[in-house]
Amino acid sequence: MVPRAEFRSYYGRPVIKAPSWSARDIAGYFFLGGLAGAGSVLAAGAQLTGRTTLATSLKVSSLAAVSLSAAALINDLGRPARFTHMLRVLKPTSPMSVGSWLLGGYGPMAGAAALCAVAGRLPRAGAAATAAAAALGPAVATYTAVLAADTAVPAWHGAHRELPYLFAASATAAAAGMALVVAPPRESAPARCAAVLAAVADAAATRAAERRLGMVAETYREGRAGRLLRAAELLLGGGAAAAALAGHRSRGAAVAAGLALLAGSACTRFGVFAAGLASARDPAYTVLPQRATQGRPPAE
Amino acid sequence: MTDSLLSGPEPDPAGDAGHAGAPPRVGFFTDTSVCIGCKACEVACKEWNAIPEDGLSLTGMSYDNTVSLGASTWRHVAFIEQSVPPSAPPVPAPEGRTELPLAGEAPAGGDLRWLMSSDVCKHCTHAACLDVCPTGSIFRTEFGTVVVQEDICNGCGYCVPACPYGVIDQRPSDGRAFKCTLCYDRLGAGQEPACAKACPTESIQFGPLDELRARAALRVGQLQAAGVAGARLYGHDPGDGVGGDAAFFLLLDEPEVYGLPPDPVVTTRDLPAMWRHAGAAALSLAGGLALSFALPAMLRRTVRR
Amino acid sequence: MGVRRLLRGWPAYRQLTGGDPLGRGRAAMSGRTEALRPRTDTADRVVASVCPYCAVGCGQQVYVKDERVVQIEGDPASPVSRGRLCPKGAATLQLTTGPARHHEVLYRRPYGTEWERLDLDTAMDMIAERVIELRRATWEWEADGRRVARTLGIASLGGATLDNEENYLIKKLLTGLGVVQVENQARVCHSSTVAGLGTSFGRGGATTFMQDLQHADCIVIEGSNFAEAHPVGFQWVMEAKARGAKIIHVDPRFTRTSALCDLHVPIRAGTDIAFLGGLIHHVLTEEKDFREYVLAYTNAATLVSEDFRDTEDLDGVFSGLDEAERRYDPASWQYEGTDVQAPAGDVEQLRDQRLRDAASSSHPPPGHAETHGAGGPQAHAGAPSDPTLRHPRCVYQILKRHYARYTPEMVERTCGVPRETFAEVCRALTENSGRERTSAFVYAVGWTQHSTGSQYIRAASVLQLLLGNIGRPGGGIQALRGHASIQGSSDIPTLFNLLPGYLPMPHAHTHEDLDTFVAASRTDKGFWGEMRAYTVSLLKAYYGDAATPANDFCFGHLPRLTGSHSTYDTVLAQLDGVCKGYFLMGENPAVGSANTRLQRLGMARLDWLVVRDFSLIESATWWQDGPEIETGELRTEDIGTEVFFLPAASHTEKSGSFTNTNRWLQWHHAAVEPQGDARSDLWFMYHLGRRIKEKLAASTDPMDRMVQDLTWDYPVAGPLQEPVAAAVLAEINGHGPDGAPLSTYTELKDDGSTRCGCWIYCGVFADGVNQAARRTPHTEQDWVAARWAWSWPANRRILYNRASAAPDGTPWSARKAYVWWDADHGRWTGRDVPDFIPDRAPDHVPPPGATGPDALRGDDPFIMQADGKGWLYAPSGLHDGPLPTHYEPQDSPFTSALHPGRSRSPTRQLYVREGNRYHPSGDEPGAGVYPYVLTTYRLTEHFTAGGMSRWSPYLAELQPELFCEVSPRLAAERGLEHSGWATIITARNAIEARVAVTDRMRTLTVHGRPVHQIGLPFHWGPNGVVTGDAPNELVAIALDPNSHIQEDKALTADIRPGRRPRGPALPRLVADYRRRAGITEHTGEDQRP
Repeated sequence: MVPRAEFRSYYGRPVIKAPSWSARDIAGYFFLGGLAGAGSVLAAGAQLTGRTTLATSLKVSSLAAVSLSAAALINDLGRPARFTHMLRVLKPTSPMSVGSWLLGGYGPMAGAAALCAVAGRLPRAGAAATAAAAALGPAVATYTAVLAADTAVPAWHGAHRELPYLFAASATAAAAGMALVVAPPRESAPARCAAVLAAVADAAATRAAERRLGMVAETYREGRAGRLLRAAELLLGGGAAAAALAGHRSRGAAVAAGLALLAGSACTRFGVFAAGLASARDPAYTVLPQRATQGRPPAE
Repeated sequence: MTDSLLSGPEPDPAGDAGHAGAPPRVGFFTDTSVCIGCKACEVACKEWNAIPEDGLSLTGMSYDNTVSLGASTWRHVAFIEQSVPPSAPPVPAPEGRTELPLAGEAPAGGDLRWLMSSDVCKHCTHAACLDVCPTGSIFRTEFGTVVVQEDICNGCGYCVPACPYGVIDQRPSDGRAFKCTLCYDRLGAGQEPACAKACPTESIQFGPLDELRARAALRVGQLQAAGVAGARLYGHDPGDGVGGDAAFFLLLDEPEVYGLPPDPVVTTRDLPAMWRHAGAAALSLAGGLALSFALPAMLRRTVRR
Repeated sequence: MGVRRLLRGWPAYRQLTGGDPLGRGRAAMSGRTEALRPRTDTADRVVASVCPYCAVGCGQQVYVKDERVVQIEGDPASPVSRGRLCPKGAATLQLTTGPARHHEVLYRRPYGTEWERLDLDTAMDMIAERVIELRRATWEWEADGRRVARTLGIASLGGATLDNEENYLIKKLLTGLGVVQVENQARVCHSSTVAGLGTSFGRGGATTFMQDLQHADCIVIEGSNFAEAHPVGFQWVMEAKARGAKIIHVDPRFTRTSALCDLHVPIRAGTDIAFLGGLIHHVLTEEKDFREYVLAYTNAATLVSEDFRDTEDLDGVFSGLDEAERRYDPASWQYEGTDVQAPAGDVEQLRDQRLRDAASSSHPPPGHAETHGAGGPQAHAGAPSDPTLRHPRCVYQILKRHYARYTPEMVERTCGVPRETFAEVCRALTENSGRERTSAFVYAVGWTQHSTGSQYIRAASVLQLLLGNIGRPGGGIQALRGHASIQGSSDIPTLFNLLPGYLPMPHAHTHEDLDTFVAASRTDKGFWGEMRAYTVSLLKAYYGDAATPANDFCFGHLPRLTGSHSTYDTVLAQLDGVCKGYFLMGENPAVGSANTRLQRLGMARLDWLVVRDFSLIESATWWQDGPEIETGELRTEDIGTEVFFLPAASHTEKSGSFTNTNRWLQWHHAAVEPQGDARSDLWFMYHLGRRIKEKLAASTDPMDRMVQDLTWDYPVAGPLQEPVAAAVLAEINGHGPDGAPLSTYTELKDDGSTRCGCWIYCGVFADGVNQAARRTPHTEQDWVAARWAWSWPANRRILYNRASAAPDGTPWSARKAYVWWDADHGRWTGRDVPDFIPDRAPDHVPPPGATGPDALRGDDPFIMQADGKGWLYAPSGLHDGPLPTHYEPQDSPFTSALHPGRSRSPTRQLYVREGNRYHPSGDEPGAGVYPYVLTTYRLTEHFTAGGMSRWSPYLAELQPELFCEVSPRLAAERGLEHSGWATIITARNAIEARVAVTDRMRTLTVHGRPVHQIGLPFHWGPNGVVTGDAPNELVAIALDPNSHIQEDKALTADIRPGRRPRGPALPRLVADYRRRAGITEHTGEDQRP
């Protein structure tokens, strides 16, 4: 661990303010958004490759996920009645504004795709909606990384290059996990493969982020964040291994692996969220890196 | 998005925000070397803006019972007690001794310093809170200041972690975010902000930013010439991480001693890079999943052969 | 088209079409934002006012919309505040319009447990009845065979927060009723200022004005926490500093004032006379005095009577001490061959002597003539003097001997001020005084509130006279007053011992008539020689046509004093059942006066109590939830006191004038009508007086005659029948025979043809114009700002400014030119109104036999003084000696290094009684039980006893709890934890406070051993938004004999960790400490060897 340089602070008070967001709503939204977005891509692939059960159920799960995430976002507002103000402006400088418009486009597509699939009506429209949802899905899954990184929170902004990949991997893991849970083994080969890729990518992205963060990486290793991220690594690794080795044989193993992957993905998002809060609450994580970039020692 | 709109020197923030024929940019120069810590600024601000009382507990932080800027505190006077140079403890440090940032008791005649500084929203040239606000509630005024529109804010809270100074915050009882408006309503009527008007010793000076910067350069020169320890300007440099602050300071010690970040950066400076990485990540997500369909198929084919 | 408008209402559309593509500015503005206008801009009117808190007197602008005050801000036009306000001033909107204000009359019936509602009219009638009954029941025509014509049954307290006009009516009505126990905050804050400055220079007010501090080359702030208690006035110190002046702060604590000064000098509380004496010693031994100034303008050369003996001769006492009576006979202190009446202080002292001389003035006693070579009255014109200053009995030499032992070593030993630090102060002060440079002293209650408080002020006066800093720009002594009109409530006194304009209240004597009164109190020379004109004009203002030469102008109507009737004597009179009716008007003694427990116990013995205030202060609710209820010492059901709570109007709801610490009368205009039952004190006093006079109109009882004679015909206006304040001010200003307003006090006659309610305020209504309401912006005149408001006397801003010119009338130096003689026009001229006879030439020598103003020489700058000189040595006027001498405080850890056998002032006033026990001091057994020095003080964020700040959330949140400041070493010694609790104990009571451990509290080395000091801000009490114990619980009643001010700036105490016990355990703890210290009723008296 990087030795903590001594420095004077104002009575140990944080320099920046930690987000007032509730973990359940916002970290939960990160997870659900990823599940929905990546799910739509997986669903499109499944439809193309004739894996209809997988396709339909993933469309449904994506609709459910995106609906839940929208609910979570609105619930976290200080003035929920004013959620429509989100579409008042279109600000490329605000990931949340971009995200709102993105969801505004993606949500209906995912909905249409799911409804057509379930109802078995309007196949052409359904295909179009599925394609559109699949096209927007990856963005929905990754923009949340920018949402977090575009703040003064040291653990997030410091990792702004790596977070999108981590979130992409985590989203993939969630979608793969969902696929393993809902699809029969004969249709879940792509999911099993994705699970392995996701687990590897997740681990790699986390490592990269921690390397970049320097002393701030403490916040990814210690406390609540540390516990969650370690759990994420185990769940993803275990889930991927189980999926790869037993997923095609035993339905039970597949479901277990799927649940592990879903849980692992959630742990990653909640872990990153917790690391952010921890880094905001200790003035050292704000002051020391800034001192380092200045190349000046902190006040002692 | 050209770069000067997100970071770096920005000569005309108001103009670039669509205010044609805007008046000169205004701000605060807070000269902490003449602050007497009377807190008139805090009260004048609350009276004018009708801000609710913000807690009635003794903090033990010298004479600072306000603690920090927040939704219900738009001016905050910091108090720092120092022995200069930090005195060698003349007596064994007793248990349960002061948490004040003081070593031992200053030796008689040893120089005792009591720093006082009135903190406020910096009204950054590149304001992260404004950039990330998804509703357009926070906007750049014709005076170049940054103001929250109470009738628009929906309390998404994004501005709170975005601010590199920890200024803006949400008021739990209300849900919306609040901060210093630099008395936008008063400026419109040609009146100065309430805090600057009240300040008994002109520690808080209001005016056109160019004038203030010139005055500040003069003042810090005087103090340094007079050998005042640690006199320096903070937030005055248009080349800094936030493009310079409209509310800048003359400090007598390192910024972090006052609870200020030493080298704040507007988070949106890196936004283009973030979008690029997010795009790449989105593509790799799609690619990864495509691969996941391709690999098993190829695998199966090879198995059949 | 509708779609278009709809679209344009959508910011995203404006983004795409307008100049704000990113939606971060113009495009994002809402309709509400577009329409935004400040309430200062939409107000119906802006009313000129003055801040109601401290005596800096900052200008305020009150914004009114729909007959409601919507905003209060600083008035940029004000020369003293320049638009700025401190946190309290900035909180006046909340003070005046906040929810903490009560608007209904409340009534507590005897033995009642709850408040009841009562309508205002009934309450006023009941109070009038109570006053009449109690007055009749307690009336006394004579005391020990001498006419007193008074009642001691009724008392009143408060006035410093009220308007001058209100103080005038309070004093007039109560004096007219024969009530002598009329007091206000000035007694407990700055009464020693009047005695100290008055006896030294002739007038009891600050010699200069705050803005003039900017011209000082050195400013010594001592006994004042300037930056915290008077923040807006402190801007002028900052101006001086910016101009290169050296700023020194001498204070036991490192405060927000110290933080801005060039040098902080930590000092043991209660030793300032030793410190100042050390400076005087330095000036005299190094001959750094401004010799030309000293010779011409002070009494340095005057010879003193052969009978005089100094403290250095008599081991700590002056000649003339009566040990048994604890008083001095000042006969031996007089100038050789003559006696001079003091312009202030106690005129009783020399009464008999004065009357003898008055009778024999035409044929002097044998020997007199020989001494002066010419017989006759001019003997009074001056005593023999030695311009060489070598005569052993000249004041200069006496001074030298008196301070011979006040060496740097003694200063270090007594005050704990290191020699090198002291030397730095000596250097700064002497280098910045003289012909080219001037230094100013600034003090406040850190000097006044001691058992030798008046002598603290005297010491500074002596020093400033020696340095030639009085009457000159950038010089002087600034007495920082703490209440909006506490200067006014001293000038128009709600004080027992004074009549308006510092005329003495008559004492009880056999055959005392106007002539003997005047003969005893007038001075032969200077403007106090016109005593009769001032007195007769006042009596005409009081009694109108009823006052005639035949009936001695109703002089007999005035009630007479017998000794001290100060607020503390009143409390004891309440405890003894003598005083049974009490008015509290804007004062909160249950928190703000010394020994608050006795204050409450006294109120618990009253028949009735009338409290007029904004909120339910502790002095109004003690019977319900006071500390004694908690300890079980009192039971609500057993308390017979009938309590009336009457809501008061705020400064925004009434017109009137405040007199600030610059001696400026500043008029504040009513902005709105008071709500509910709230009324001004002018309304209360006027209508109370009206009702009483109506009820007594038909009486034939001789004791009611004086009430019937009292003029009480003030015009009323408005829906509430509010008396017209300007009419009262006009009466204060005075009228000539033709009824036209007088323009200056020199127009006053002693034949009854003029009326004047306060001679020093004569001119405030000159030409029928309210001069106090003048508001010419400081930007439109010079820094003296003579056209802003009106300053007493005669709009002079720097007093004694004749001394700013050399004896020949030319300025001492171009740099310090202020007032000078214009030979061509034969007049004094300059930047200020000359404080001198306008056409008296510098070389004028009065003809033999001249008296009064005519007897003033052309180089007598101190025109109120009996000899025209500044008094280095005060031959009369003070009860504790002609020269300031260092004595230890009543409760002190040390014996005096100067006079170990005589540690404390022999004439200090002690009140030996249960509940007011004193501590063992010095090396007396038991002194170690209360080992620490304790001092009390103010914080910027609060106001005095808290009545105007603890109820205001914006102020309360800034300093929410009582805390005590201690040094790390004391914390270690007693195991006190920062932010933890501590209990502080004296023989009087014990309180609890949060602990602040800070290096700002220095451990000093005194008498070779470390001494720890405890700092306690005194603003808290049991009521309000924030509450806490009241530090005045700890303070004993030990008074200065001149001013009857309490010693609460230096006492001893013990401190220990943890909270104080509750209930009966609290008095037990205090009693246990007394037992351990072996305290008896004799503790604290002097042990004579």
